[in-house]
Amino acid sequence: MKALLAIPNASAVALDAVPQLAPDAFRLSLVTGVDAGLRISALFARPVDDRLELVAVLADDRAGLLRCARTALGDELESLVPSCPQVHLFEREIAEQWGVRVVGHPWLKPVRFEPPRRGGPAAPIGITDYFTIDGEEVHEVAVGPVHAGVIEPGHFRFQCHGEIVMHLEISLGYQHRGVERALVGGPNKRSIHYAETLAGDTTIGHTTAYCELVEALAGGRAVPRAYALRGIALELERLANHTGDLGALAGDVGFLPTASYCGRLRGDFLNLTAQLCGSRFGRGFVRPGGVGFDVEPARVTEMHDRITAASRDVAEAAGLLWPTGSVMARFEEVGRVTGEQARTLGLVGPAARACGLRRDVRKTHPAGIFQLVHLPMSTVESGDVFARAYVRWLEIERSVEYIRTQLHELPRGPIRRELAAPRGAMFAATLVEGWRGEICHVAITDDAGRFAAYKVVDPSFHNWTGLAIALRDQQISDFPLCNKSFNLSYCGYDL
Amino acid sequence: MWRILLARARQGQRTIGFPDEPPTLPDRLRGRPTLDPSRCVDNCTACADACPTGAIAAEPGKLALDLGRCLFCTDCTSACPAGAISYTSEYRLSARRREDLVLGDNGDALAPRQRALDEATRRMFGRSLKLRVVSAGGCNGCEADVNVLGTIVFDLGRFGIQYVASPRHADGLLVTGAVSANMRLALKKTYDAVPPPKIVIAVGACAISGGPYIGHPEVEGGAGAVVPVDLYIAGCPPHPITILDGLLAMLDRIPPSRRAT
Repeated sequence: MKALLAIPNASAVALDAVPQLAPDAFRLSLVTGVDAGLRISALFARPVDDRLELVAVLADDRAGLLRCARTALGDELESLVPSCPQVHLFEREIAEQWGVRVVGHPWLKPVRFEPPRRGGPAAPIGITDYFTIDGEEVHEVAVGPVHAGVIEPGHFRFQCHGEIVMHLEISLGYQHRGVERALVGGPNKRSIHYAETLAGDTTIGHTTAYCELVEALAGGRAVPRAYALRGIALELERLANHTGDLGALAGDVGFLPTASYCGRLRGDFLNLTAQLCGSRFGRGFVRPGGVGFDVEPARVTEMHDRITAASRDVAEAAGLLWPTGSVMARFEEVGRVTGEQARTLGLVGPAARACGLRRDVRKTHPAGIFQLVHLPMSTVESGDVFARAYVRWLEIERSVEYIRTQLHELPRGPIRRELAAPRGAMFAATLVEGWRGEICHVAITDDAGRFAAYKVVDPSFHNWTGLAIALRDQQISDFPLCNKSFNLSYCGYDL
Repeated sequence: MWRILLARARQGQRTIGFPDEPPTLPDRLRGRPTLDPSRCVDNCTACADACPTGAIAAEPGKLALDLGRCLFCTDCTSACPAGAISYTSEYRLSARRREDLVLGDNGDALAPRQRALDEATRRMFGRSLKLRVVSAGGCNGCEADVNVLGTIVFDLGRFGIQYVASPRHADGLLVTGAVSANMRLALKKTYDAVPPPKIVIAVGACAISGGPYIGHPEVEGGAGAVVPVDLYIAGCPPHPITILDGLLAMLDRIPPSRRAT
């Protein structure tokens, strides 16, 4: 672990400063680091001339630092999964993208059925060796990619004994549109729009991460007023999605009052974002060096009044859930993930905080406005659907308070500054606490300051396996409820 | 029980009056752009150069903008030194034919008659339209604002329009996303499973043209590459009112006072 370079969140260093470890030392650093409580935020391969290099970014929550290293990678990689399960998907990704043979991986199969980065055809979508269970009265249920509602595409296979799910396998890739690959070679005129559409419901989160990287690479910063406005937009995004999720959870257990009210209230929060920038999802708002739109005093007052009204209605709508027996009977002790499982898998965001893990980038790795203004971290211990719902409710309360205060404490001054071009041969990494959890972006520039590598890790990448674990020994009829309690992104995972 | 009833009373009636009443839209909404080539500086192509998706064609004295490619971002308006492109709050952004999405100079509009289905099809679907939604290689933004039409605010059901769980129950498809290579077969199979006659609605820049992913080998460049499209609704993503207007205009259910002129 000592061999790793420690850098603050949202910062850049010369690429040469990132230690090039021998493969064994690299492996040892990762394993001992994770044993000591670090988390793998990103682990990816990138081409250097005609060879490959493996790059790791670990989050040290206690020290509030990112610890980074790299190592040469040949055609073969000895899997770390047996001693460090949370890298399982990263290694699958490296195998798929770069054709590296990962030896000793227990579950090596395509991640998103994408064409290999060094040329050649993609594996045909959905064709893989699915995990199966044989036995009397064991049956398989397969759903997707096209689902029965307005939902992104994905394929789910349940191995069931009667009504009980013994195993759920999640096979994605249907939303793969080559967006991470296309970021390489930027920044160019499309880059910011790629960032905004990595996951449309997390536009502010991902675009903030992108802009923090571009600013760090340029050796500059955004202006203070913009940091405050970005914080407001990030919390509005959290409010809209958490409120929508509480409504959807209520809908999945057939409790229509909260489902109806929260469906409307989610829109009220999206409309507040539209009041900032004209787009309900925050398109055009976060820009390198600052933000695209300012708020004048009248807009502050109106936003304050509207958020106050919406928060009162959300409190009432959410407050109907907890004393209602028919709701709690479906929420409690369903879809349980233990703290130990969450730690092993490297879960992030509300899904981790619902297992009692203190993981919130705003608190542990604050960047931007969160260096100055601290939000309390919300955790619940029980790890079930109830916990994931209740964590959201606690965060709604705190985000509302945060925005109401921040609207009146905006620093004066311009909203955007010109940035220099990104410096060449640099390494930058950033974490942003999106509403689903930790968003990690990593960029490495070439000598001309272009992205030689760009890595995006959506929180869903860490958390989909959590959903699979939550379904074990549950009734298959509880799948929609468990799924909604995670509400993970397909497009953010598929990229 | 009392708590629930009390909440019901306090939360009140929330369904909007649109289309009978005008919609409430954010003051900063970027709706249909207007083009004023008379303001263009000599041989300037700053807007076209800045556009991330190649939606703008700038020639001396002439501007054209393809709403089907437009992300409704501010890159062209910021780049233009003369204010020749600006956004309006015009939310009506649907067309039956792909070419009708291309705006020429300022006078262009999406002609209302071109937005409705022919009478025979309208007679079939006008009062009951069941749609299967296929999300195929986008960012989930369009899906979110398609989904929101089902909430009490828009109450899509009052128009007889409903999203259904099976293509066998559907009168048509509503497609979002650039249609990834990985979704091509699933979209085609879903289309084939809908009994004829059937319609296809492409919502958002991705489904119309590929949107931000135009030219990526991983995508097909929109729904039209795989299935025949009957209605295009532009935006990235379109505002829910834009989607609702597009659906209702297609069924000729927009009151005359609120039709695009």
